[in-house]
Amino acid sequence: MSKLQVKGETKYLFKRDKMWWVKIAVPKPLRGVLGHDLRKSLHTHDLEEAREARWEVAEELRAIIENAHNEQESKSADQDSEMAEIEVAPPLETAGAQQVNEYIVEVVSDSGEGAQKCGQILGLVSGKMGNGVWTVEIIPAEIQPPARERQGASGIRVRMGSKVVTNMGNEADMVVAFNEQVLYSRIGNGAYKKGTVVLLENMWAEDPEEKIREQYKDALADFSAQGLIVHELPIQKECLKLVPDPRKGKNMFVLGMLCRIFARDTETAKNEIAKIFKKKSDKVIKINHDLFDAGYAFAQENLDYAFAISTAEEDRMESPIVINGNTAAGLGVMAAGIELVAMYPITPATSASHYLAEDFHLTGGFVHQAEDEIAAIGFAIGASYAGKTACTITSGPGMALKTEMIGLAVMAEIPLVIIDVQRGGPSTGLPTKVEQGDLLASLYGAAGDAPKIVIAATTISECFHFVVMARKLAESFRTPVIMLTDANLATGVQPIERPDVTDEWFAPPLDQSAWDKEVAPYNWDETSGLSERPIPGMRGGEYILTGLAHNRNSKIAYDSASNQEGMNMRSRKLAALGATMKPPEIHGDPTGDLLIVGWGSTLGAIEEAVDLARAQGKKVSSVHLRFLSPLEPGLKKIFSGFKKVMTIEINYSDDLKSPLITAENRRYSQLALVLRAHTLMDIDCWSMVPGHPLQPGTIGKVIEANLTETEGAAACSA
Amino acid sequence: MFGLKGDWSLEVKDRYFTLEDYSGAEPRWCTGCGDHGILAAVHRVCRDSQIKPEKTVAVSGIGCSSRLPHYMNTYGFHGLHGRALPVACGVKSRRPDLDVWVATGDGDCFSIGAAHWLYALRYNMDITMLVFDNGIYGLTKKQTSPTTPMDVPTNTHPSGALLPPLNPLTVTLGVNNISFVAQIVDWNAPLRHEVIKMAHEHKGTSFVRIIQRCPVYVESIGKRLQDEPARMQLLTHENGVQVDDNVKRLFPNHAEHDPSDLAAARALAQDESVLPLGILYHNPDAPRYDIMSSVGLDMSVDEKLAGMNQALDNFAI
Repeated sequence: MSKLQVKGETKYLFKRDKMWWVKIAVPKPLRGVLGHDLRKSLHTHDLEEAREARWEVAEELRAIIENAHNEQESKSADQDSEMAEIEVAPPLETAGAQQVNEYIVEVVSDSGEGAQKCGQILGLVSGKMGNGVWTVEIIPAEIQPPARERQGASGIRVRMGSKVVTNMGNEADMVVAFNEQVLYSRIGNGAYKKGTVVLLENMWAEDPEEKIREQYKDALADFSAQGLIVHELPIQKECLKLVPDPRKGKNMFVLGMLCRIFARDTETAKNEIAKIFKKKSDKVIKINHDLFDAGYAFAQENLDYAFAISTAEEDRMESPIVINGNTAAGLGVMAAGIELVAMYPITPATSASHYLAEDFHLTGGFVHQAEDEIAAIGFAIGASYAGKTACTITSGPGMALKTEMIGLAVMAEIPLVIIDVQRGGPSTGLPTKVEQGDLLASLYGAAGDAPKIVIAATTISECFHFVVMARKLAESFRTPVIMLTDANLATGVQPIERPDVTDEWFAPPLDQSAWDKEVAPYNWDETSGLSERPIPGMRGGEYILTGLAHNRNSKIAYDSASNQEGMNMRSRKLAALGATMKPPEIHGDPTGDLLIVGWGSTLGAIEEAVDLARAQGKKVSSVHLRFLSPLEPGLKKIFSGFKKVMTIEINYSDDLKSPLITAENRRYSQLALVLRAHTLMDIDCWSMVPGHPLQPGTIGKVIEANLTETEGAAACSA
Repeated sequence: MFGLKGDWSLEVKDRYFTLEDYSGAEPRWCTGCGDHGILAAVHRVCRDSQIKPEKTVAVSGIGCSSRLPHYMNTYGFHGLHGRALPVACGVKSRRPDLDVWVATGDGDCFSIGAAHWLYALRYNMDITMLVFDNGIYGLTKKQTSPTTPMDVPTNTHPSGALLPPLNPLTVTLGVNNISFVAQIVDWNAPLRHEVIKMAHEHKGTSFVRIIQRCPVYVESIGKRLQDEPARMQLLTHENGVQVDDNVKRLFPNHAEHDPSDLAAARALAQDESVLPLGILYHNPDAPRYDIMSSVGLDMSVDEKLAGMNQALDNFAI
């Protein structure tokens, strides 16, 4: 790497009469116009000041050269420029690269250094090249946590594969770290293994603070002792050649490096960079392109790592789009023909509304940012009541605030779509991190009996399609529908098949035809609990909706029979929906030693672990539930085909090995509790709340442990 | 039922609505309650404007006042305590064709729903908002409300409220983007009718605070004003509410007040020695959120499909 040291700390600078100047060489063809070089005084004696100021001036002088060049070029057709500063993107090189089926790379940095943006583009480019991709963000809770703090680690993991990738995978193969401290937080999360390649920023070795130099030195020894393969890279130094403050821009240098390492298409990457900065000046785009190119060239010259990830033709999608789960939900809202989203900012749900704020107008919709969570759902309920089924998007604490309103929507049978992007709880909990902790609150979190439909998306694709389904269910069953997703799906980016939206997905036009006065506003059908609703504007349908117990005519129920009937009818709707549903598909054989039951975003990880275990001859299968209320039918029958049935979830349960915990007092994970009550079977659970998605490897160990346990055990009995 | 048009031809409406067409169930408010009169005024204003009952939505929260929708023969929404305004705004946001009324009270609006009160004023959607302010929680049986005077014993404060009452007018007039602020007493029928009519005609959120008698729990509040009309002051102006001289005569104090003068309105509200009645503030030009939030209503299915595909194109590979 000796080449890197050539350019000293006085790049562009020279001194005359104790004053510092900037000098830039003029390319040969332009010397007739501009002379040998361009110079400008920085009006300072101080070298440090000159170093600071030189970049802007150099940029200015370069612009003059650029202009002259353009002029000359337009005059003559002669393309043979010898300009020293013109950068040409290196051609795509895959020769000599190691073929791999999949690769996991992470970029970790202090918050604000743009690691996520870097990984997002890498993921996007990989998706566009036909690879399977899953990205997951590592987000600190604060916007600007102190630098070099372990808890402040901000970053991203990109898992690229030949085939469809459905989850974050196990330990990473490579990590680019902007400092050694943030790496510790990932090591603490078990993100790496022996042999993981660490590309580490080396500027800390020469930090003015001794403490930092010491920390860096200690960490290097420590990482090596842990079996990590560390390469120290002068990323900062390289970036300084192009920008005065590499805190902004280093990420693009690293992106260039990674694009070289994984032979990614540089044109696509540069287009994505341009898209990000489209609201800024061309100058900003150019400097980021330059950083990208510099990173690419750096990796080419200095790094021996080169991988090629082939694409499996059979997995190639016809017409893929690359999105995250929150954008998918936003697009789903549009495809469902929903016209109004009422929301209040809450992590990790808000980005769905951010997306809608950009594009909702394309389908005639409006995002209402309400004064609080309660007002947000109230506003949506108002629009829904008036015939325009609306949506509110929130996360756990917001759900807690909306509880009374959800109860009202159940009681008064108002169609409504509620999207809960789950995060860690209780209370403010883990704002940026994943948990499947809102299941019981969604099912039962209300005063009295408030039956409603609860569904959970398991993939990014379902984040889209389930909104369309949710609106239809909400209107057909005259009820709120809660759609659960989580922080893992919200920020996970994956290529999915482009939905072929038809107008049948849209909400039907507003019905304003006359209502038969003889038909009650809650004309409950005894067998299904269903009834049609009058919509304001319908002549003859006038009624007063009330959150009080009411009879078929929406008159306040002062008698016990009316209250009982209303309760029966609202509950019956769930049974009616359940009667139309099919049992869930079993992933694997219909009988065996162990059945894993999951729900939500763990689908990919669970199935990957089950596939691996099955490939090793283990008799394990899995079932993943999409409908939590009503539950999908036939569960008891499916469960009885296995010696042991257990759920795997990202929420809390007591560990039987913990002090005081017994089989009797053990608190089960949420789905397990529901299934135990539903089937009266002894369903076990394994759950944890690590704040990150479950990995197939972790699940594999759980499978292993439970298979050993069940050996020789009797079938799980009712 | 019919009338003469400008060209002297006869206009026959296919539907003419009488008071009965707006009247729902028989009110269950107590005898002597001021709510009866407010309801009568609402019925009359609806009848006079001939709005279609099926296009009218009365939204309320919880409390005595919030029973009002049940006594309307229109569409109605009797929801949660304090939450009438978000629901009403939601109705109006995507159904600007509907005529939206809100009935709320001092507890419902100024206490549990206080955030929504301020925000509904900011949104300035075309909603007629009537606050039935009796200075007490009636439905839950005599607890201190934000406007209960300190000398009134209640079940939660038997020795009287601990804090001086909230002044809803100063709060309201302190919110940016307000467009219509008025105050009346329930027992003066002509003034009541004229102000509610103006509020209904105003395009924007019309805030009408109605001092309303609760003879069961706090007879003193209304009685004091009725016994001493000098505690009230009628606001007069050519752009304000117009009432006959015999109505004016009931109020010994008159003040000429231009409703477009916000600073003067605030000064009137601030002076708690005398209760201003009439139109305190009126600005027909304040920006309206119902206009902003109802964008895209005229889009065709084909346009939406095209928009959808355009949105998906942005993510295509």
